Amino acid sequence: MHNIEITDLRKLTEFIQNKYGYDFTNYAMSSFRRRIGRVLELNKFPSIDHLIKKISSDAEFFEEFVSEITVNVTEMFRDPSFWREVRDHIIPNILLNHQSINIWHAGCSSGEEVFSMAILLREMGIEDKVKIIATDIDKSILSKAKRLSVPIKNMDLNEKNYIRFQGSENLSKYYTEQNGRAVLDTSLVENVSFREHDLVKGIVFNKFDLVLCRNVMIYFNQILQNDVLKKLHESLFRYGYLIIGSKESLIWCEIANKFIVVNNEEKIYKKIKD
Amino acid sequence: MGKFNLSNKYKAITIGGSAGSFQGITKILSKLPKGMSLPIVLCLHRLKHVRNGFVEALSIKSTKPVVEPYDKESIKRGNIYLAPSNYHLSVELGNKFSLSTEEMINNSRPAIDITMETAAYTYNQKLIGILLSGANKDGAKGMKAIKDRGGLTIVQDPSECMINTMPQAALDITDIDYILKIEEIVEFLNELDKYYH
Repeated sequence: MHNIEITDLRKLTEFIQNKYGYDFTNYAMSSFRRRIGRVLELNKFPSIDHLIKKISSDAEFFEEFVSEITVNVTEMFRDPSFWREVRDHIIPNILLNHQSINIWHAGCSSGEEVFSMAILLREMGIEDKVKIIATDIDKSILSKAKRLSVPIKNMDLNEKNYIRFQGSENLSKYYTEQNGRAVLDTSLVENVSFREHDLVKGIVFNKFDLVLCRNVMIYFNQILQNDVLKKLHESLFRYGYLIIGSKESLIWCEIANKFIVVNNEEKIYKKIKD
Repeated sequence: MGKFNLSNKYKAITIGGSAGSFQGITKILSKLPKGMSLPIVLCLHRLKHVRNGFVEALSIKSTKPVVEPYDKESIKRGNIYLAPSNYHLSVELGNKFSLSTEEMINNSRPAIDITMETAAYTYNQKLIGILLSGANKDGAKGMKAIKDRGGLTIVQDPSECMINTMPQAALDITDIDYILKIEEIVEFLNELDKYYH
């Protein structure tokens, strides 16, 4: 493990901000440091200065760098009890008052949560009523997500999650195996649009009934968490739902009083104030 | 005083364990001094898909309830924390926790290496690392990081471990300060606590 000092990280984030406009200043230090250490190791760079030099001259490399820095480890139906809650309570509740549902997956990574949602909606028979926008900062992971394919080695875990979710089918019904990957049925994502969007610098671009941002803000420090939460709040219709990761909390956030807790175990909140 | 070379300079204790560590850890928790001053951060290998139950099982015998911290929760004196299932647990500068869903390390999430390395980076020579029984090499690098930054390191005596791969891996790459049986770790923690009152 490289000995990376905070001054090194500052130098790097400043450089990136000036050159490419991404702001990593307020990423959580512990994981950001570890990700940078990984990049140095993978590329055999002896120091941060070598990394900066490479980034300054190679935009393509920078794209890979962003992909490596942002964490892209995800599962289909992660926390099955959460997905049951969405199916059994949250979606039906929204449909009590609405003909259609707008969903935003903020920080969708390689798409596993989007695919899970799409399958859930199909099994509920309401996919035509739902529009999903899925965004991520990382261009290359988005193009992966658009290919609708998941490494076959992950499918064992995904299937176990799906069984615990108590889906009504066999997960294998939704994909075919091609070259070591499970490729999902394209009809599942007809109402999904994948877009590039940076939660840090990006603007509020739409209003939604349901925003999922699970295990994304854990990579930010509290200053940035507060900023992003303001944007998520603004992106919700009043009485819309915000869902964060099972070990995240709104308790310390400035806008906590604009939400009520719907389900504390699964971290489902409802916006009650503009 | 006593058989260990101690002082009140320490700010936190991290304990790692895996296969065969449950009995040891419950014994340690059941014999902790009441009103223990230092925070204890446990990183134990556990089933990824079982979110509930483990913290309760550990709390039953513990002198103080064990809690799973939320992301960015402040680390408080005297609390006992457990890395939640399917997350890595890091210590941030500013005495807070951070969680992450990064790649598994040593086939584990939570990984002991991550908790110990980040704690070492935050607390330097003010950290104590304890590594118990386990069947893989997770924690060895973490213990090395603690030692390298001036902290104090303890492994469970391999002869007492149900599976000694983990403490042995730490011993192989680091000059560990104390090799102790569970009983002696209990003694160590009780003696340490006396320096804080």
